Amino acid sequence: MATQLEPEARDSADVFREEVRQFIADKFPEELKGKSVSLSATEGPIKETEAQKAWREAMGERGWGTPTWPKEYGGGGLNRKQAAILNEELSRAGAYNPIGGMGVMMFGPTLLEYGSEEQKHEHIPPICRGEIRWCQGYSEPNAGSDLANLQTMAEDKGDHYLVNGQKTWTSGGQWADKCFAIVRTDRSDKHKGISFLLIDMDSPGVEVRPITMISGTSPFCETFFTDVKVPKENLVGEEGQGWTIGKRLLQHERTNLSGAAPGGRAGASLADIAKKYGRTNKDGTLADPVLRDRIADFEIRWTSFLHTARRAVEESKAQGGVSEISSALKKLGTKLGQERAELTIEIMGLQGLGWEGDNFSPVELQGVRAWLYGKATTIYGGSTEIQNNVIAKRVLGMLDHQ
Amino acid sequence: MAVLNEEQEMLRDMAREWATNESPVTEFRKVRASGEPEAFDRAAYATMAEMGWAGIIIPEDHGGSDFGFMSVGLVVEELGKTLTASPLIATTLAASAIILGGSEDQKAKWLPKLASGEAIATLAIDEGPHHDPQAIEASVSGGKLTGTKAFVAEAHGADLFVVAAKDGLYLVEKGDGVTLTTRRLTDQRSHADIAFDGAAADKLANGGDDLLDKVLDRARVLTAAEMLGMAQIVFDTTLAYLKQRVQFNQVLSSFQALQHRMADLFADLAQMRSAVEAGLQAIDSGAGAERAAIVAKAEANRVLHTMSNEGIQLHGGIGMTDEYDIGLYLKRARVLEAAWGTRSYLKNRFATLGGY
Ligand SMILES: Cc1cc2nc3c(=O)[nH]c(=O)nc-3n(C[C@H](O)[C@H](O)[C@H](O)COP(=O)(O)OP(=O)(O)OC[C@H]3O[C@@H](n4cnc5c(N)ncnc54)[C@H](O)[C@@H]3O)c2cc1C
Repeated sequence: MATQLEPEARDSADVFREEVRQFIADKFPEELKGKSVSLSATEGPIKETEAQKAWREAMGERGWGTPTWPKEYGGGGLNRKQAAILNEELSRAGAYNPIGGMGVMMFGPTLLEYGSEEQKHEHIPPICRGEIRWCQGYSEPNAGSDLANLQTMAEDKGDHYLVNGQKTWTSGGQWADKCFAIVRTDRSDKHKGISFLLIDMDSPGVEVRPITMISGTSPFCETFFTDVKVPKENLVGEEGQGWTIGKRLLQHERTNLSGAAPGGRAGASLADIAKKYGRTNKDGTLADPVLRDRIADFEIRWTSFLHTARRAVEESKAQGGVSEISSALKKLGTKLGQERAELTIEIMGLQGLGWEGDNFSPVELQGVRAWLYGKATTIYGGSTEIQNNVIAKRVLGMLDHQ
Repeated sequence: MAVLNEEQEMLRDMAREWATNESPVTEFRKVRASGEPEAFDRAAYATMAEMGWAGIIIPEDHGGSDFGFMSVGLVVEELGKTLTASPLIATTLAASAIILGGSEDQKAKWLPKLASGEAIATLAIDEGPHHDPQAIEASVSGGKLTGTKAFVAEAHGADLFVVAAKDGLYLVEKGDGVTLTTRRLTDQRSHADIAFDGAAADKLANGGDDLLDKVLDRARVLTAAEMLGMAQIVFDTTLAYLKQRVQFNQVLSSFQALQHRMADLFADLAQMRSAVEAGLQAIDSGAGAERAAIVAKAEANRVLHTMSNEGIQLHGGIGMTDEYDIGLYLKRARVLEAAWGTRSYLKNRFATLGGY
């Protein structure tokens, strides 16, 4: 550096940035550069290499996988600015955050808000260290969009609940250690009869059956509970508070689902794919004018979606509350993501519809699976139709139709 | 809404208040009823200039406030909401051409007059019914401009034209060798074909080869800002109507089919606003302005087109009446969609810039 400032004169942000750089230099294994593998419940279990394990443990020990969570529960205790610096430095070094999954995305933030001290001390640190996988026991065969119709029953047996019923579409249920579930403790009231319960997946009476999806993988399960004993300490909040807590968790889920996250569109552009798979003119432009038009049309709308996602963040920050356009991000982003996947396979022709075999590249095969899996994005986390209901009623003040 | 600074908030509030109280749609109706081809209220424009709006992008030493495009965009959006007829956009765009490409003398001669409202100016670029800046035939020799320009907006009120010729942009004053033929379009605002027959022309020589492109970026973004105001009002009006109109013993807003259409329009409008604001910001910062301007206008075209059609449909029969305002927005919408590039034109340009 050209100028050496006195330590006290230097900005604390610079000091922190240096600390992060030093940490990455010391702990990040060179061989993992550019290879992001996070503990994701939907992608199946990962056999960790030594290097991956070391990196996860190093980040977990610092709490930097969950940078803004309180230190006393194993989080990083960083402020937003420091967390942003951490992110910048990680991506600058080609490193990644190895701590993820539903525990980080949804359950942790909710438990920090509603859990007891004992619960927080028991459950948050293992999430911060990336040691425990959580799954979400919400949906049931007859409780999808109408989630409050759930029937899985938790009967009060004094020191424990006895749980009976069935959940479904449980992502990662077959690999999860624990499940945060909403269950019925009272049949007399649809919403106030719901409670938020934490269930060990290895308790006797829990059975999971993987379901094969159209993409050929089995990332979710049917989950059956037969006389499963759950200790009373595992009730979060009060009995009957489950709907409130459960809905709060869904808010955390939705903010993660619009696809506007940085890096969400890594890889080749549609135009580059079209040049590779289709004919081009002498000047390098696409020979198919209709396709060229559709790509430009898509890219223009994708650009204004990214502007919208950025604006939602800026507005929320400036007004100190959630910006109303946030409610439109999930439906916009997921639809555009699906449209892009459709365009991609169409551009590739039949080469873009390969199911298996060496005569398809890994990128081609993966593209097909991603196109199929992507159909779920407008269904889960509140379907597009449900988002439309929410926008119409809560944002636009249109009356309830029911 | 972008996060604004204090000046911008004041400007926006002032414009909103003025447009709502002093220039509601009834004022446009008066202009329309007068049948004057000039199609704006001189006294109203004088007031706007007094409030400093004509000089928002003009440097302070030439009588403006130098607040930038984001700021003038806020005013234009508010005026778009009430369909205020004025040469504010036209004059701002002509001024931007002089700022970007004029000599010190040209700036000193025109910018203070444009800022004060004493003079009105407009762009004269296209020569046919389609936006096609590649097809310009007008030419200048010995300081005299010859050629025709088509559908020039605010031509009747203009004292000065910024005219595109084959070799660049020129300033031409109204007068000898300049003949207007009125073209009445569906929006009933000022449009005219202009024949230039050896009119004295003064070149904007300092702007470089891409001067016209830069001016067009500004034209696209500012037009999109007017369209944003229009789309917002069509949406608000339609929503209010659905909440009040009763059929089948219930307000229309309780029907889910209509709720979902409004939710779609809400999301579209959010995209349009983001694109337009990003366009205005890009003009001010200079970063990626050409692409940002294309995205802004293309999104404005897409969303206002849908919005104006849905606005009519969701009003039912009353939306078809001249007495009701919504049809005025539809008619203005199509004229602005065609200005400075339809979606087809803009997508083609976007792809070309992207190298595909
Ligand atoms: C890949 C994937 C992973 C998932 N992971 C999990 C998980 O980990 N844990 C978990 O608990 N759940 C999970 N889900 C379940 C998901 O939350 C539900 O699928 C979702 O809530 C929709 O419920 P449903 O499937 O019963 O559809 P339904 O509610 O039956 O909906 C069917 C159709 O009707 C529409 N519809 C429903 N109600 C209305 C209405 N009021 N107005 C208008 N249209 C309506 C819907 O939008 C949809 O198009 C997952 C789903 C998928 C696809």
